[in-house]
Formats: sequence, C-alpha cells, structure tokens
Amino acid sequence: MNTQTAVGRFGRFGGRYVPETLVPALMELEEAYAAARADPTFDAEVAQVLREFVGRPTTLTPARRLTEAWGGAHVWLKREDLAHTGAHKINNTVGQVLLARRMGKKRIIAETGAGQHGVATATACALFGLPCEVFMGALDVERQALNVFRMRALGAVVRPVESGSKTLKDAMNEAMRTWVSQVEDTHYVIGSAAGPHPYPTVVRDFQAIIGRELRTQAQAAFGKLPDAIVACVGGGSNAIGVLHPFIGDPSVRLIGVEAGGHGLDSGQHGASLTLGTEGVLHGSRSLVLQDADGQIQEAHSISAGLDYPGVGPELAHLAKTGRMEVRTATDDEALASFYEVARLEGILPALETSHAFARGRELARELGAGKYLVINCSGRGDKDVATISARGVPPAVGVKP
Amino acid sequence: MSGAIAKAFARAKARGEGALVAYGMAGDPDLPRSVDVFTAMVEGGADIVEVGVAFSDPIADGPVIQGAAERALKAGSTLKRVLDEVVPELHRRCPETPLVIMTYVNVIMAMGEERFAKLARERGISGVILPDLPPEESGSLRATFDASGVDLIPLCAPTTPPARAEAIAKDARGFVYCVAVAGVTGMRAELPADLSQRLELVRKASSVPVVAGFGISTREQAHTLSAHADGVVVGSALVRAAHTEGPQAARALCAEIKRGLKR
Repeated sequence: MNTQTAVGRFGRFGGRYVPETLVPALMELEEAYAAARADPTFDAEVAQVLREFVGRPTTLTPARRLTEAWGGAHVWLKREDLAHTGAHKINNTVGQVLLARRMGKKRIIAETGAGQHGVATATACALFGLPCEVFMGALDVERQALNVFRMRALGAVVRPVESGSKTLKDAMNEAMRTWVSQVEDTHYVIGSAAGPHPYPTVVRDFQAIIGRELRTQAQAAFGKLPDAIVACVGGGSNAIGVLHPFIGDPSVRLIGVEAGGHGLDSGQHGASLTLGTEGVLHGSRSLVLQDADGQIQEAHSISAGLDYPGVGPELAHLAKTGRMEVRTATDDEALASFYEVARLEGILPALETSHAFARGRELARELGAGKYLVINCSGRGDKDVATISARGVPPAVGVKP
Repeated sequence: MSGAIAKAFARAKARGEGALVAYGMAGDPDLPRSVDVFTAMVEGGADIVEVGVAFSDPIADGPVIQGAAERALKAGSTLKRVLDEVVPELHRRCPETPLVIMTYVNVIMAMGEERFAKLARERGISGVILPDLPPEESGSLRATFDASGVDLIPLCAPTTPPARAEAIAKDARGFVYCVAVAGVTGMRAELPADLSQRLELVRKASSVPVVAGFGISTREQAHTLSAHADGVVVGSALVRAAHTEGPQAARALCAEIKRGLKR
C-alpha cells in the first residue's frame, strides 16, 4: 500500500530539508534508485546476497513458553536476530552499498547508535571492497565497545563524535557535515528510515523484506495473517520494514513500541511519536523531541539504538493517522523482558527488541486465545551484555542463591 | 521586498567596493555582549550584518560556528530573545545597516512562520537565510515572508547544476548566497578554481546582488572574489576572532577584509 502522498512526503511529514550542496546528490540517488528498482538484475543481485550471505529468509519461530506464560494469543517471533551480523540492519546496508557501487561511488560513510548499523555497513563494505567510515557518538563508543571492535576488525574507521549528547543524533549531524564536503564520490548509508527524501523510502523498501517474508511464513505456519505485529521504534527501520507490507490489511494491528526511558514524565526518554512535536531534524519533517524554541532535546534510552529524538516520517504519518498504535516501555521494563525472553525462550534479545517484548504480555492478553501475535526480533543482545551485566544478573530460575 | 539590502549594496558599489556581509552568533558570549560584537563589525566596515541564531543541530556549520552555537544556547539565546534583546538594540545603534537572520528551519517553525515574519518585520529584519531550506521546501515560507516584506535569501552551492543555479538566481530575494566550497562553514586556505566562473553564471541570471560565502577569511580571498561577486560573507573567522580576542578583533578583521574588497 502506498503511504506516499506526494514525492517524498507521507502526509505532512518527509521532505528534503538539507543544505543546497546535498540536493543534487539526493536527486541523483533518487534517480539511481528508481533505475535500479526498474532493473530486474539489481533485485536479483540483492536477493542473491541476502540469501547466500545474510541467511534470508530468517525464520518465524513459535514462542511456546512465552505464549504459555502470558496466557493469551499465540506468540511468534520473526527472527531478524538470526540475520548475519545479528540484526535487521544488514538488509538495508547490502542494498544501499550495492546501489552505491552501481552509482560509481568510491567510499561509504555511515552513522550508528547501537553500532548494529555500523557493523552492518562495515560488513557490506568489506564484502564489496569499499572503504568505510562510521560516525558514532562518543558515549555510544563507550557503551557498545563490542560493536566498535567489530567495525574496526571489518576494516572500517570509527570516528567518535564528541559534540552535543555524544549519541546517535550527533553522529548523524557529523555524518551529514562530512557528506557535504565529500558528496561527489561518497555515498552516505543512512540506517534508519529517516533523513531526507529518498532515504526513508529506500530504507523502508530494503527492510520491507522482513514483512514480505512474514506474510508468506504466517500463512504457512498458522494459515492466516497475524492478528497483531509489534516492533520497537527508534528511528524506525525494523518497524517500518516489518509493518509496511501489512498497512493495507485492516485485520492486522500494527504496534510500535518506543523507549520510555526513565518514564514519560521524567523528561528522559526517546518517545518522539508519543510526546514529540512537528519539526525538522536531519533533513525531514517529522515528530521530534524539542523545546518550545525549536532546540532538539537529548533523548534517553538504555538501548543506544532507541536513543534518538526523532523518528522516520512514514512512521510519524502512520501514528498520526492511527494506522499504527504507539506504546512505550521503560528501561526497567525492557531489562525485565530481556531476562524473561532469555530464560523462557533461550534467546538474548537486543535491548531495543526487549522494548517490543515488554509490551508483548499485555498485547497477548488483549488479543486473547486463538489469536496470533508476532514480535519482530530486530536484533541480538550480545552487544548489550556489558550494559546489562553491569546492573547485576538476577538469580537463575529454581536455583537458590 | 526590502530596499535596505539593495541600498547597502548600492552604497558599497558607489564607493568602488564589494560589500562585506559579516556573520556573528547572537548570544556568544551572551546576548548583550554579542550586540557589542555586531556593532564593532559595522564600525569595522560591515555593510550587512548576519545575525546567527543558534540551533542545537547545525548540519551546515563547521566546528567554529557549532561551538559558538553551543555557547549561545548555554547563555540562553533563543530566536525570541534575539528578536527582543539583540535586534532592536543593534538596529538602534546601526540604523543604516540591514540585518539578516541566519538560522535553521526548525527554529523558525517552532516560533511559527507568520509570527516570526511579523516580529522580524517589526524589529527591523530585512532578510532571512536558512541553510537547510532548499527551494523545493521553501514555497510556503517564502510566500509568508514576501507578504511581510522580509527577503528569503536563497543559497546556491558548488554542486548545483547550472540550470538549477540560474533558476535559483532568477527567483532570488535580497541577494544570492553562493556557497564557495562544498562543505560546511569554516576557513579554507584555498578556494575552488572554478568559483569565479560559477559566480559569473549566477550573477548573469540574477536580478539581485550575488555574494560568495563559506571558507572566506582573508583580505586576499576577498580581493580575488570582489572581481566576480558583489560581496563576500565572512563568518567563522569573525566568530573566532570575537570569541578569542573580543569585539575589537572582529572590528579589525572587518576593516582588513574591507581593504581587500576595494576594486
């Protein structure tokens, strides 16, 4: 279903609010992307890499013990954590790096929050032999040390960003500034379905493979479309990827879960769909966390990937029109879910994904028995073990301390 | 349309000089002292003053202006306070000098386009530069500004193809701001070799004056460019001078650039 209401616009949101220097590059990207999409050999090439290298299709796994524990709908997991590099991010970076190569670009830059997009970009660059530079907030460099190592091991240069809140927002500013000065021969791989047109569309299309696979797998696994799909939302790339193919199916409830951080009244959260106001950040008009004077506020989340004060324009549109329901989960709720999922299903979900799980219990109960709830397992929690273990590990089930 | 901007360029031209558009950050180091910096720039010879309004996420700016924005935000600078506390006082001290606001589109959106246009007009603002608002996105804002008599000054970049540059120039208000280098604001030792050609192209298509900005910090650069443009913008070099040595340094640098702009 087409949610694009005009070129690069999703209702009131989207657009291309960037320095004039970048406009011709965005137009070039828009054209090259349209040409690639019209060329069956490009689709075939992307599909081949996703199959042979990424390991797609990722499985749809029944979560039997969660289903039992929650006492409601059947719970199934779309396992993006099983994709190569451990998260959905690779779907988009493979597509964009192939596109960049088609455009004759000589090098790749990217920004990253949790490091998953950085690792995925570094991986695609290693695979296709392009130099790669990744901007990462200095705070995130610290809390995602494993991913920093992985990027460096893959041959990427990691540039810690010291400005502002030293997180994803600032990494994105720095990547844009760098792109402005290297725009002739550099492609900027944006990882969220955010940024100036055509990025929200490009990223969404490359991620929509998640939802397309889910349609087929759901039919095979339980004979119908899911009754509800839930995904965590930072910038929103895994959410739009899994949800987009279902927008035209009114029987499917679409639910996004944002970072509630220390709580919605604390002022420390990443809930831009819930509490954001209309504004322009990183090239598109969307919902952003800002003060009355239009200064962007620092977001907070225990998960670096949700620690972003904006959100992709298409998700803002889906939220405002009511097609997507928006909920939040706090840091503590996400942590509790991390252990619940680990101990009941043998899966360490990423802290981002844990936010989606945190709303799973009530959603399963709301839906009730006989219904099907799919949780998009956007990534693995390996990268988060330092953050999580620093808070102490609760005792094991059935074992006296 | 603002006659003040056209008059300022005409005055400079009549004296046989290119115009100096001087940028400063309102609120750096604080609101009252930034008025002193702006005033010193005019005393040094600035023909037009660009009043920078800080934004938390300045994607078109280099480290010098980014740092100034952080200081200004810490000192409590907001668009409203700049319009209330900086612009009227500066206008009182330098009534002949056109004042142009430079900020990012989100700052204007947060105040409201119409409320801003009305306030800007009342307080004596002649034009506005928004580096993250390309022509495709500027329709509604420009109509609002036109109705209030505030010029939305367009930017043209080194990467802008000739036909697009001509279209931007033809439809410009106030003056055309030609970005000299592909990159963010900040001093450069060398400017691109084809810059003069691009300036001439834009100048030919434009009904308003054309200035070059980004990367310009020396008298020699100003001199070279004044043969191909109606003026130059100097920003980071002035911000740095004012920050490290105070208003008198900004005054001296303006005077130095102005000597370069003699034709």
